[in-house]
Amino acid sequence: MQQAINGIFLGSIYALFAVGYTLVFGVLDILNLAHQAVFMLCAFAALTLVGQWGMHIALALPLAAALGGILGLVLERIAFRPLRGRSDSNISGLISSLAAATIFEAIALQLFGPDVSRFPFGSFPDRPLHLGHATVSALQLTIVAISVALMAILTALLRATPLGRRIRAVAENPRAARILGVDVDRIIAWSFFISSALGGAAGVLFGLAFNSVSPDVGRSIELKGLAVIILGGMGSVTGAVIAGFAIGILEVFTVARIGSSYRDAVSFAVLFLILLVRPRGLLGQAATREA
Amino acid sequence: MPLSVEKVERAFGGVRALDGVTFTVGEGEVHGLIGPNGAGKTTLLNVVSGLLRPSGGTIRLGEHRIDGRPAHQIAARGIARTFQNIRLFAGLSAAGNVIVGEHLVRKAPLWRRMLLLPAARAEEKAALDAALLVLARVGLRERAFDTASALSYGEQRRVEIARALARSPRVLLLDEPTAGMNAAEVAAVEKLIREVAAEGRSVLLVEHNVRLVMEVSDRITVLNFGKVIANGEPEEVARDPAVIAAYLGADT
Amino acid sequence: MPDFLLAYQSLFAFIGINGLLALSVYCTLCCGQLSLANAGFMAIGAYAGAILTQNFHAPFGLAILAGTILPAVFAVPLGLPVLRLRGVFLAIATIGFGEVVRLAFVNWDYTNGALGLVAIPQKTGLWTIWLALAFALYVLGRIRGSRPGYALEAIREDEPAARTMGIATTRYKVSMFALGAALAGLAGVLEAHLTFMVAPNGYGFSRAVDMLVYAVVGGTTAFYGPVIGAAFLTLLPELLRGGGQALGLAPGPLRLFLNGAILLAVILFVPNGLASLPAAMQIFRPRRPPRSAALR
Repeated sequence: MQQAINGIFLGSIYALFAVGYTLVFGVLDILNLAHQAVFMLCAFAALTLVGQWGMHIALALPLAAALGGILGLVLERIAFRPLRGRSDSNISGLISSLAAATIFEAIALQLFGPDVSRFPFGSFPDRPLHLGHATVSALQLTIVAISVALMAILTALLRATPLGRRIRAVAENPRAARILGVDVDRIIAWSFFISSALGGAAGVLFGLAFNSVSPDVGRSIELKGLAVIILGGMGSVTGAVIAGFAIGILEVFTVARIGSSYRDAVSFAVLFLILLVRPRGLLGQAATREA
Repeated sequence: MPLSVEKVERAFGGVRALDGVTFTVGEGEVHGLIGPNGAGKTTLLNVVSGLLRPSGGTIRLGEHRIDGRPAHQIAARGIARTFQNIRLFAGLSAAGNVIVGEHLVRKAPLWRRMLLLPAARAEEKAALDAALLVLARVGLRERAFDTASALSYGEQRRVEIARALARSPRVLLLDEPTAGMNAAEVAAVEKLIREVAAEGRSVLLVEHNVRLVMEVSDRITVLNFGKVIANGEPEEVARDPAVIAAYLGADT
Repeated sequence: MPDFLLAYQSLFAFIGINGLLALSVYCTLCCGQLSLANAGFMAIGAYAGAILTQNFHAPFGLAILAGTILPAVFAVPLGLPVLRLRGVFLAIATIGFGEVVRLAFVNWDYTNGALGLVAIPQKTGLWTIWLALAFALYVLGRIRGSRPGYALEAIREDEPAARTMGIATTRYKVSMFALGAALAGLAGVLEAHLTFMVAPNGYGFSRAVDMLVYAVVGGTTAFYGPVIGAAFLTLLPELLRGGGQALGLAPGPLRLFLNGAILLAVILFVPNGLASLPAAMQIFRPRRPPRSAALR
């Protein structure tokens, strides 16, 4: 029970992070490898706002997420838009996003140093709650609530708003969407904004949850995010949400049964297994290239 | 029958792009495949050449079933094709493209080249000479060393045909070979198609130029909404009310 | 040995090793695939070689052989299922693989976990490195223009079209993936016996990105491009060290920033890399294009 709760808690952050990956992949068919760097920079931003400026976390979280969104727009502008229409854009997009990630990491390293930074003590009121035999902290509960709420908002936005419909149209078929009068470039920019804002929010929540942020914090979540989108099916938001919780829970149980040194091996095992048996994941489209 | 297509189906999501398509192409036969836009002609070529898996039906080349086989194995059995939206290897020269087309018929072990053996040089020269011969056949001997992307539209289409012919295929699939060509180029392609058929190869020709199809084809299959609506000799097909309705209905 | 060579011996050694690593990335890039596993393969090669010479006193030649072949053996089962799929899956699987290799070595007590192996006998000479580099260049240069070479270029340009030419694309991609793994492993053995030590953190993700930067910046349309990129980027920090200090930037972040910025600039503005610049600017315009070059 305790482990299931911890798993859901961890999974909610993984899912929130991976939803951003999968959204951009769905729209652009390109994996944004700088997503983890946005995650990391936003965690640092929240930490600076709270720690140095004494801001309340409830204000710092949306501000950091907004910063993430802006970083997403910058990313789209400098690393993706110039490559659009190039015949090798899927591979050059991977490379340019990697370049952007490296630049972001260099900036974090210069500004914050290589060591782990922490939120000041008591920046979030935290007290344990008891659920039967299990203990949940108010912090954990809040984090799960916020990420579930954000994912619900995203789902509603995609399903029921004009912007959401346009995003889905572009994801389905950019050429047809353009013919139907959708401003594809704008929709792609919006997708980056939303994706990176969610990734940034995940970064802040992750920083709060483990109270440790360092320039390489994105690395470990990247692997999990990739495992999540592979399991969920590339481009499927619902799949990413389900897979995020699944991998979170799986990881917690593995650590409890086998040992913490295998924490990250879980993601790779899942990832490779899915590629072996069902590359399209739970809810994705075909994974082999046809015609 | 070199190529027989039987009850072939292919669906995209809920759309049935091919719905029980059946026809055969005989040896040395030029078989026209026509139909309005979106009728499933290119989908059929993709299924026959192995780029798409059929969702049902069988395709035979000679006695061998080839449906659902990987594209490179189908190619090895003797099917070659061109593409509607020209897909040359843009960074390679015209001759380089044709040499890629010879991939299946030419043996040139890498170790000989690594050891700088004279045999390797001879093999490379043979490959190039063969490529130049095929290019000469489509009238492009002079442009052999130009990068493919620097060629004109019509020239690129001809390089694609040369690339497909380079390995002496049993069946040649041509997807709109004359689109965007001028009258002289169309006439040259028409002559080439007749020559290829005279060598005993089968040609499956998808073409929008109805006059050309009527002139050059021995038999014609008409597709509409993924279904065969007519099949026969050109004159028969041209008189078929279903065909006329499909074409008039599609405003062509 | 001339004074000049002595003074810069280690720099030249690292140009050679980085050149090998760049070529290992080139092996997959030249058929249009992005692999980020080569730091992991390098680690496997380095550890295999170091264990052989240090614990079993094996001759260096045997260590080189083992360190070259073993990564390729790992590459085949990793590449086979993934290389059937679209390119992005290789990037994802190899990011995961690199991380798992690093973690495996961190958790392996036999090799001292995160501390790694130290006091590996120094056996690598400058000439060994450059001989290995010359060999790799020769092999890759001869592949160009051969039957498999044309197949690889066709795969890079248009994979489905290449399949309809009868090219077994997965087999070619897996072969090149394994060759890249072998070269990375070779570089790993050589580096381990040059710096006397191996540790898991030397083979992390940033190492994989470094190699990619060398290859892309140098350019992958010519087989020697990656080596030019490796030389340029190995020398650059030496040249810029003074400038960075003057601006108050720490060398670590500065190097990282330059890597990212140069990579981005090259992919945006010089997609064929530095090696393509002379031709693009027509500095060395040949009087008559040689026949073999025109074929390309």
